[in-house]
Amino acid sequence: MNQSPNIVVRKPLPKITWILALICATVPSSAAAAEGPRLGKPASRQEIAAWNQTVFPDGKGLPPGHGSAVEGKAVYERHCAYCHGNNGLGGSGEELAGAKHRLIDSNPDKTIGTYWPTATTLFDFVRRSMPPDAPGSLSNDQIYAVCAYLLHLNGIIPESSTLNAVDLPKVKMPNREGFIRVDAPK
Amino acid sequence: MLTCKEWLVCPLSEEKYMNQTSLPFEFHENPEPVAGGGLLDRRLFLRQGLALGSLTFISQGVLASEFDRPAWVLKPGHPFTNYGQPSPNEKEAIRWISSNPAVPGNGISWTPLHMLAGTVTPSGLHFERHHNGVPQIDPNQHRLLIHGLVNNPIFLEMDKLVRYPMVSRFRFIECGGNSNVGWHDEPTQATAGNLHGLVSCSEWTGVPLSIVLEEAALQPSARWLIAEGADAAAMNVSIPIEKALDDAILAIYQNGERIRPENGYPLRLLLPGWEGVTNVKWLRRLEAADQPAMTRNETAKYTELQPDGSARQFTFIMEAKSLITHPSPGHRLQGPGLYQISGLAWSGRGKIKKVEISADGGKSWAEAELQEPVLSKSFTRFRIPWRWDGGKTVMKSRAVDESGYIQPEREKLILERGRNGYFHYNAQVAWGVDTEGRLNHVF
Repeated sequence: MNQSPNIVVRKPLPKITWILALICATVPSSAAAAEGPRLGKPASRQEIAAWNQTVFPDGKGLPPGHGSAVEGKAVYERHCAYCHGNNGLGGSGEELAGAKHRLIDSNPDKTIGTYWPTATTLFDFVRRSMPPDAPGSLSNDQIYAVCAYLLHLNGIIPESSTLNAVDLPKVKMPNREGFIRVDAPK
Repeated sequence: MLTCKEWLVCPLSEEKYMNQTSLPFEFHENPEPVAGGGLLDRRLFLRQGLALGSLTFISQGVLASEFDRPAWVLKPGHPFTNYGQPSPNEKEAIRWISSNPAVPGNGISWTPLHMLAGTVTPSGLHFERHHNGVPQIDPNQHRLLIHGLVNNPIFLEMDKLVRYPMVSRFRFIECGGNSNVGWHDEPTQATAGNLHGLVSCSEWTGVPLSIVLEEAALQPSARWLIAEGADAAAMNVSIPIEKALDDAILAIYQNGERIRPENGYPLRLLLPGWEGVTNVKWLRRLEAADQPAMTRNETAKYTELQPDGSARQFTFIMEAKSLITHPSPGHRLQGPGLYQISGLAWSGRGKIKKVEISADGGKSWAEAELQEPVLSKSFTRFRIPWRWDGGKTVMKSRAVDESGYIQPEREKLILERGRNGYFHYNAQVAWGVDTEGRLNHVF
């Protein structure tokens, strides 16, 4: 039967290719991965920097800037209290501070202080998502400040604290060790 | 003459439907029950289906004007339409919305499972969970960036992505918070869809993620992918690389058409069998990393607090679940007689192997018929005939998947997890039936 010259036919790979593939396999890969047309456009370092918002627990991704808990109180009251209530006690948005019940109590309060495992999560989340009516509108200094205020409200850092890219990842969260990974590498 | 008894749906006014009662099914023999409460052999309808009903022929000599003809056969119908809509008589088959009044784009809408049949969820009824609204994305400006621990960081434009090899898969997506009223002390009274409808099933078509990751060339230290959406929450989660290379799909089509805006247009990450939040909509960025980002939606949310104070994290797999959709709360049984119990089962671990039904509160069980084809990580429709004697009873279903996992009793799940986990509630669902034929949610 004649095969169109333009149709790509799957042929068994020569043995040597399999051996090479096994040697080169550094990550698990799908056995049936088809070949793509490779139409991706190279992304430059500058473009990636302009797109990349992720902040990791070790501080990777944190931008320059700084803010104090005192400054953060003003930012919070202006942009956050409408949903999260005064002093982070909650409203239409989640409670963020002021836990009265422990995690082992029958009606636990899952606040930043009792539940959140990493302080960098605050920066990552506020920068990308908050406030909901104008995400992306806060400056890095304002975000550091509101992180400091919320950590202070939860009794984790003193009111006199100022946070930046170096100090935020160092904040030891009370529930840092409280999570058990179920369907992911330990 | 119609000889099939239909489920009468009475969410607003029962009176409206009362006159539509039709006759029960009649079998030519009186079959013996296979379990308590009147459950009959699941193959009964298949054996006797052809014996139902009869046809009446009109003699040819009758004048046209003497026919009894409904109004819509006496005038031309409506013109063609560019995009069809449901009948205006089906206005109640809609998603029920529950959102934050202060942030209307933050909330959920539920699939009306109690009004649907089969296994495919209409795209316009697929459940929604948005963190800050539905972005209105111009596909010509939308690009996917793949970067981080890769040798070839790339942008993929939509008009390029559609040239890649694609696959189609029927797969359910279920929110990790679906069915969470099950953790409450008392059973919430609502329709099946408004209790369990944060799950839907579609045919998804798109590019296997492994193909574009191969192009980007992952570095050996890449263990996670941080996925991010192009919505106003820039919603992000961390995904183990193994899943990304296994069966993950960059989905472009849903049920044959481009994905609806509320379900991720123009590009959605599909992670079959994994909790909804990881199936990132409006996918904009994939960053290969050696660690998870510990984002808000994988730490503060979508984790399950346990009685000892520890929390389950990265609980990606949606365990087997089933529920009876017909009859269910909001439906009304029209007197004793033969009915068909029907419902849905699904598992994030693979195919559904078996669904058992009890019509006597769990004292005895009978196996339901599974509608073929039974597909992996997809809705499976089950059915079984039931002769209701008009008495009070409780009906429930339990699913077993191909891994051998059995959908747990509520007591067992709560014993294991406590009551404050909020997410991943998959215990058996029970409906009480009263002597008036009304159904309610019971524990």
